[in-house]
Amino acid sequence: MTTFLWVIVPYVSLAVFVGGHIWRYRYDKFGWTTRSSQLYESRLLRLGSPLFHFGILFVVLGHIGGLLIPESATDAVGISETFYHAVAVSLGAISGVMTLTGIAILIYRRRTTGPVFSATTKNDKFMYVLLVATLVAGLSNTVLGNLIGHPHDYRLSVAPYFRSIFYFRPAVDLMTQAGIGFQIHVTLAWILFAVWPFTRLVHFFSAPLGYLTRPYIVYRSREAAVARPVRRGWEPVTAPVAPQPRRRRAQR
Amino acid sequence: MRVMAQMAMVMNLDKCIGCHTCSVTCKQAWTNRTGVEYVWFNNVETRPGQGYPRTYEDQGRWQGGWRLTRRGRLTLRAGGRLKKLATIFSNPLLPNISDYYEPWTYDYERLLTAPTQRDTPVARPKSLLSGRDMKVQWSANWDDDLGGSPELTVNDPILKQVSEKVRLEFEKTFMFYLPRICEHCLNPSCAASCPSGAIYKRTEDGIVLVDQDRCRGWRMCVTGCPYKKVYFNHRTGKAEKCTFCYPRIEVGIPTVCAETCVGRLRYIGVVLYDADRVLDAASTPDDQDLYMAQRSVFLDPDDPGVRREAERAGIPPDWVEAAQRSPVWALISKYQVALPLHPEYRTMPMVWYIPPLSPMVDALRDSGHDAEDERALFGAIDALRIPVEYLAELFTAGDPRPVRDVLARLGGMRAYMRDVNLGAPRRPQIAEAVGLTEDEIEDMYRLLALAKYDERYVIPSAHGEMHDRAGELEELACSLDYESGPGMGGSGPFGEMSGGSQPVAVENFYALKQRQTSDVFVDPGNSRRRVNLLNWDGKGAAEDVMPPRAATDGDREEL
Ligand code: SF4
Ligand code: SF4
Repeated sequence: MTTFLWVIVPYVSLAVFVGGHIWRYRYDKFGWTTRSSQLYESRLLRLGSPLFHFGILFVVLGHIGGLLIPESATDAVGISETFYHAVAVSLGAISGVMTLTGIAILIYRRRTTGPVFSATTKNDKFMYVLLVATLVAGLSNTVLGNLIGHPHDYRLSVAPYFRSIFYFRPAVDLMTQAGIGFQIHVTLAWILFAVWPFTRLVHFFSAPLGYLTRPYIVYRSREAAVARPVRRGWEPVTAPVAPQPRRRRAQR
Repeated sequence: MRVMAQMAMVMNLDKCIGCHTCSVTCKQAWTNRTGVEYVWFNNVETRPGQGYPRTYEDQGRWQGGWRLTRRGRLTLRAGGRLKKLATIFSNPLLPNISDYYEPWTYDYERLLTAPTQRDTPVARPKSLLSGRDMKVQWSANWDDDLGGSPELTVNDPILKQVSEKVRLEFEKTFMFYLPRICEHCLNPSCAASCPSGAIYKRTEDGIVLVDQDRCRGWRMCVTGCPYKKVYFNHRTGKAEKCTFCYPRIEVGIPTVCAETCVGRLRYIGVVLYDADRVLDAASTPDDQDLYMAQRSVFLDPDDPGVRREAERAGIPPDWVEAAQRSPVWALISKYQVALPLHPEYRTMPMVWYIPPLSPMVDALRDSGHDAEDERALFGAIDALRIPVEYLAELFTAGDPRPVRDVLARLGGMRAYMRDVNLGAPRRPQIAEAVGLTEDEIEDMYRLLALAKYDERYVIPSAHGEMHDRAGELEELACSLDYESGPGMGGSGPFGEMSGGSQPVAVENFYALKQRQTSDVFVDPGNSRRRVNLLNWDGKGAAEDVMPPRAATDGDREEL
C-alpha cells in the first residue's frame, strides 16, 4: 500500500501530467483557454477572481520555496528554523485564506448566476471538488498544526520525500512518518496533477509573460497560416527518387 | 519607405436605407453558432443613437484605443502592459452581456405540441444563456430608427459632445444609418492589447485576425478595440472578430456584407501605405489633424517611385495595378469625399465613410427650395450647423471643415450633373468652386452613382501556395479550418468545440466565384460539399438549404 501511494501514484501522476499536457497541446490548442465567464457576471468575479488567482500564485511560490529549498540551505545562510517557520506559516495562512475565500466567492457565483451555472461542465465540477479538497487539506495542515502547538516539520519529511522522487529514489518512509493530514494533502495533490492537463487548469501554462517584451502589433504572413502538412492522398507530383549509383572514389 | 498593401472599404452613407441585410447575411455566414448569438460582425446603427454595444463610443468609460502620454508617446488608453497583466484575472473595463443584450429564442416547441385548447398557446422568450424564461429588454437594434427617442437617444455619446442647441434639435433635423464592421486598422489596438499575441495583421492584405489556437481568452482585446468589434465567444472562451471574409477576398470576391448590400453602397479595394510612418501619424499631437495625418500615410500607386518601392517590398504587380484602379483610393485621396470613423481613437481605421448629404437635401426640399441648386445647397451646408457638427464628431474629431468640404463636393456634383442630365449648358464654375475638374466630377459621379460590380470591388486574388497546390483546393479553398477560422468542429471532451480541427472544407470558394459570375446554375458537383446560405447562388434548388420536396405520386412512379 505504501509503495502504491508514495511511489506508483506519484510517478503515474507526473507522467500523466507531462504527457497529458504535450498531448493536449498538440490535439486541442483550440480548447486551451481560461473559458472566462466574465461576460455573464462581473461584480462577484471582480472580487473573487483576483483573490483566488493571486492567492494561489503565492501558494505556488510558497510550495516551490518550501519543497525545493532544503532546510540545510536556509540554515547555512543563517535563517533559523523558527523564523522561517513563522514567516512560512503566516504567509501561507494568508495566501491560503485568500485563495479559499476567492474560490468560495467564485463557486457561489457559479452556482447562483444562471448563465455561469449552465456554462459549467461536469469536468469543471469534478475539478473544483478536487481543487477545493486539496486546498482545504493543505490549509488545515498549516493552521491546525500550529493551533495544536506541535507543528510537524514538513521540511524534514514531505519536502525531502518530494525531492527524492526526482532523484528516482523515493524515500517512502519519510512520507509514512508525516501526519495523516499531510498524507491526505499530498495524495490529493497527486490526483490533481494527474487530471490537470484535462481540465481548464491548463491555462496556468499560458501565463502571457511574453507580452512584456513583444512588439505591440503582431504581423503574420498569410502564407504561414495556409501552410500545413500535406494531407494524405494530396501529395504533389514529384519524380520518384532513382537509387543513386554509388559514387566512385576518385582514384588517382 | 516600407510599402504595404491594405484591403479597405468605403461606405456611402447617403445610400444606406437601414435594411440590415448586411448584418443578417453576415450573421448567417459567420455567427449563427452557439456562443456568438449576440455577436454582430456587421451591425447597422441609427444615428443619433447609442450604437452597439450601448455607448461604445464613450471612451471615458470603456477606455478603448490609444492615447498620447504627456511626452507625446502613443500608449493604450486602458493601460500599458504591466497594468494589463495585473488586471488579467478580472478585466474592469469589459462590457457585460447586458451592454450588448441577452440573446434569446422562443419556445416554439410549445406551439407545435400544444393540444387543442381554448386559449392560444404562446411561445415564451427563453434566454439562450441560462435557458430560463426571460423578459426581452434590449437587443442589437432596440433604438432603430430613433425608437425610444428622445429618452434613449440622449445617451448617444456623440450627442453629448456637440452643443446644446444641436442636442435639442437633432430630432427635427436628421437621422441616418451607420453600418459598421471591424476597421482592420493600420495600428490595431486590439492586437496591441492581446497578452498572448493571438491577434495579428496579415502582411499581404492587412486583414486583422484572431488566431483561435493561440487565443487564451484573456478578453483584453475587447477592451482594447475602441469600436468594440472584437467579441468574446462565451461558449468556446475565445475572441472572435470580423474576418473581412478573407476566404472570399482571397479568391477575389467581395465580403458577404458588400455582396448583399441592397444600396450597393460599399466599395472594396487595395490601398498602399507606408508602414514606417504609421506610428508617427498615429502620434499626431492634435486629434483634429489625424484625418490628414492618416491620408499622408497612403501612397499614390501611380507614382513610379512608389511602384518601384512596392516591387521591392514584394507586392505583386497585379496588386499594384489593383491599387491604381482601387475605388477606395479614389474616394479617399482623389475625390476626397471619404472620411475615417473616429480618427481620434488613433488606430488608423481602414473602413471609411462618405458622410450623408441627405439631411441638407431633405431640409431644403421640405422648406420648398430647389435641393439641386448649388447655391441653395452650399448655403444649406453652411446654415445647417447641426448635422455638420454631429458628423464632424464622428469623422474628423470635431473639425467641421473637412466635413463641410466633402458635403460641398457632393452638392456640387449634384448640381453639375443635373445640368448634364437635362442637357443644359455645363457650368465649369461649379466644379471649380469645389476644387475638382469637370472630368473628375464626372468620374466621381460615375463611381458614386453608376459603378458596376467590377468597379465597386477591385479585389486582386491572393498569391502563394494556394495557386501552386491546386490539387488540394478541394479541401483547402477555404482557410476556415485553419487557425483563426471560427472552427467548425463539434464538441470535444473539454468543453465546447475542443479537439483537433476538422479537415472538412466548408466551401470551395473558387467554385463559388465561378457560379456567381455565370448565368446558369453550376452544380457544386461534389456530394461531400454542402451548399449553405453562404455559398448558394440562388440558382436552382439547393438540397441542403431547402426542405425535401414532398414526393407526389408522379415522382414515385418515376422512381
Ligand atoms: S476596429 Fe478591428 S482592427 Fe481596429 S482595433 Fe477594433 S477589432 Fe482591431
Ligand atoms: S445592406 Fe446596405 S443598405 Fe442595407 S443596411 Fe446594410 S449597408 Fe445599409
